[in-house]
Amino acid sequence: MDWPLVQVLGTKRDKKADVELATALYRDMILLRSFDERAINLQRQGRIGTFAPSLGQEASEIGSAHALRRSDWMVPSYRDHGALFVHGVPLENVLLFAMGRAASLSSAVKALPTAIPIATQLLHAVGVAIASRRLGQEDVALTYFGDGATSEGDFHEALNFAGVYKAPVIFFCQNNGWAISVPRAHQTASETLAQKALAYGVEGARVDGNDALAVHQVVSEAVARARAGEGPTLVEAVTYRMGPHTTSDDPSRYRPDDEYLDWKTHRDPLLKLGGFLLERGVASEALLNTWAEEARARVQAGVDAAEAVPMVRPRGMFEHVYDEMPSVLHEELQAIEEVTPDA
Amino acid sequence: MPEMNLIQAVTSTLDAMLASDERVVVLGEDVGKNGGVFRATDGLFDKYGGDRVMDTPLAESGIIGTSIGMAIGGLRPIAEIQFMGFLYPGLDQLISHAGRMAARSSGQVRVPLVVRVPFGGGIRAPEQHADSAEAYLVHTPGLKVVVPSTPYDAKGLLYAALQDPDPVVFMEPIRLYRMGRQEVPPDAYVVPIGSARVAREGTDVTVVTWGNMVALAEKTAEALKGEVSVEILDLRSLFPLDREAIWRSVNKTGRALVLQEAPLTAGLAGEISALIQDGAFWSLQAPVARVAGPDVPYPPYAWEDMYLPTPERLQAAIRRTLED
Ligand SMILES: Cc1ncc(C[n+]2csc(CCOP(=O)(O)OP(=O)(O)O)c2C)c(N)n1
Ligand SMILES: [Mg+2]
Repeated sequence: MDWPLVQVLGTKRDKKADVELATALYRDMILLRSFDERAINLQRQGRIGTFAPSLGQEASEIGSAHALRRSDWMVPSYRDHGALFVHGVPLENVLLFAMGRAASLSSAVKALPTAIPIATQLLHAVGVAIASRRLGQEDVALTYFGDGATSEGDFHEALNFAGVYKAPVIFFCQNNGWAISVPRAHQTASETLAQKALAYGVEGARVDGNDALAVHQVVSEAVARARAGEGPTLVEAVTYRMGPHTTSDDPSRYRPDDEYLDWKTHRDPLLKLGGFLLERGVASEALLNTWAEEARARVQAGVDAAEAVPMVRPRGMFEHVYDEMPSVLHEELQAIEEVTPDA
Repeated sequence: MPEMNLIQAVTSTLDAMLASDERVVVLGEDVGKNGGVFRATDGLFDKYGGDRVMDTPLAESGIIGTSIGMAIGGLRPIAEIQFMGFLYPGLDQLISHAGRMAARSSGQVRVPLVVRVPFGGGIRAPEQHADSAEAYLVHTPGLKVVVPSTPYDAKGLLYAALQDPDPVVFMEPIRLYRMGRQEVPPDAYVVPIGSARVAREGTDVTVVTWGNMVALAEKTAEALKGEVSVEILDLRSLFPLDREAIWRSVNKTGRALVLQEAPLTAGLAGEISALIQDGAFWSLQAPVARVAGPDVPYPPYAWEDMYLPTPERLQAAIRRTLED
């Protein structure tokens, strides 16, 4: 079986592309890039903690998230800020998470907290998808993870469960070439990641992860199948992590320069989609710049909002662990409050 | 009132839960047609069908991880792990997610999940089928852990677990499944999580224990009758612990022994001993004693009777607490 890479931009299929959609995707992608640049600066200034940038993966993040309805479930990992913005999580919540607060969420949004242990969240996506179906809802679940995650047991258990129960879930794997310092070729002897779908009896697809229109199309098809009760899909989005793994990482220790430069020069997802918009006469250079400025202003507003949130208090660490605080936690909280100024 | 044994109490309670709440789903390995390897779900598949009584693929992380998602998504999953020794592949999901989800989402996402786990030895089971792994669970913030030792408590605690907004691990003592019968009220009732039970009143020494060991404590107390008056506290909840009940009893008797089936070191008995110093130190007339399994892997069953605490070991330890 063949796993062709689906592409839209730069092929004859982009003639039929929806320019309104392309514009919306581009504007969210530029927002994500502005956010990323700013977050890295904030980290360098000590205003936020460790941060995982999405640089180079904007088309995958934004194109996929735009395929969902707001009533669908999003089940993210730690690099999926852009997808969360699209689904409705406020920018400042993502920043607050990077400032060591509770997971980036909003009660108004159907997203699970950012998952940290690799691949564990895939099973939650299967579970919420099964629940949705059982409760007679149409909502599907879209979960995010990387190439490294495909080596974890939970990846396999999740695909297997989803296949057996025909759960309405989309497994969106961003193959960005690296799992920290370990290249994709060391994770698996499989030629593609998409082909792993075959073993679980579920649909698989492989898409150019730097082509926002292609990502949107492939994920939309998978969502439609899931909604129609036709079961899960594994999507491999072939992209590239153009930044470090996180702000604590130094890719020069392991990453070949020419590989990075090749992706940066020829396959930057923003240049790709921006070029399309220019070519089609949808936008001018000046308009693209205006959008970039507007994005920076939105990011600034998010930074201001996050930094205006008051300091944490000891109680916040205790009050949600259990629905009702057991007496032992109460005593532990009191002991900490007694020695904490302004508690 | 119908009389039943512990496993019948579990089965009939699951039945009533499935009947009264559409959101309840029972899932696990072999729980469907086969009714579970211990028959805890006997007959439920035929009554409610495979969508409500789900035979899962053979994967414990998958069972618990998927159940977490189902609970978040609005169902009330009751997952069965076949034996406690096979819970380990699912521990990551319990520790990293079930116990943490509410805290790390500031209470926006709760996981009302019940995981039923048969545990413990004394049944001549094959190797690795007899573990008592409660310490890992009690050491996991965000989880609640309960363990009935009677049919009545099995029903009441299972209802409490189902109604609880937090994830609850419901440990089932295999050896007590069919040991004794008891009257169990037909209607729903709750045994509150966090409340211990005085299984036997006494005045000389308190034996604090749970699960299979309650039966051993009762047998031993009976044998010592006339010589030593033993009070037995059946904890029923391992987290949260009923600290007041422990302190009340030990402050009354002035002597305490904590009895557990699991290996001694860093077991729950150590925690309870420390708690006794916190709240009953000035009443103590003897050091707090512990009787536990030794610090060896649960052995193949030829050694089982030497591994498990026995009435003789317990009697000797109780007598030691009474020496000056
Ligand atoms: C279970 C687990 N093991 C190790 C880690 C540490 N870790 C964090 S990210 C990462 C690499 C993940 O690579 P991949 O799945 O390709 O995602 P990417 O970071 O490239 O988006 C590792 C090893 C972790 N978070 N969880
Ligand atoms: Mg990767």
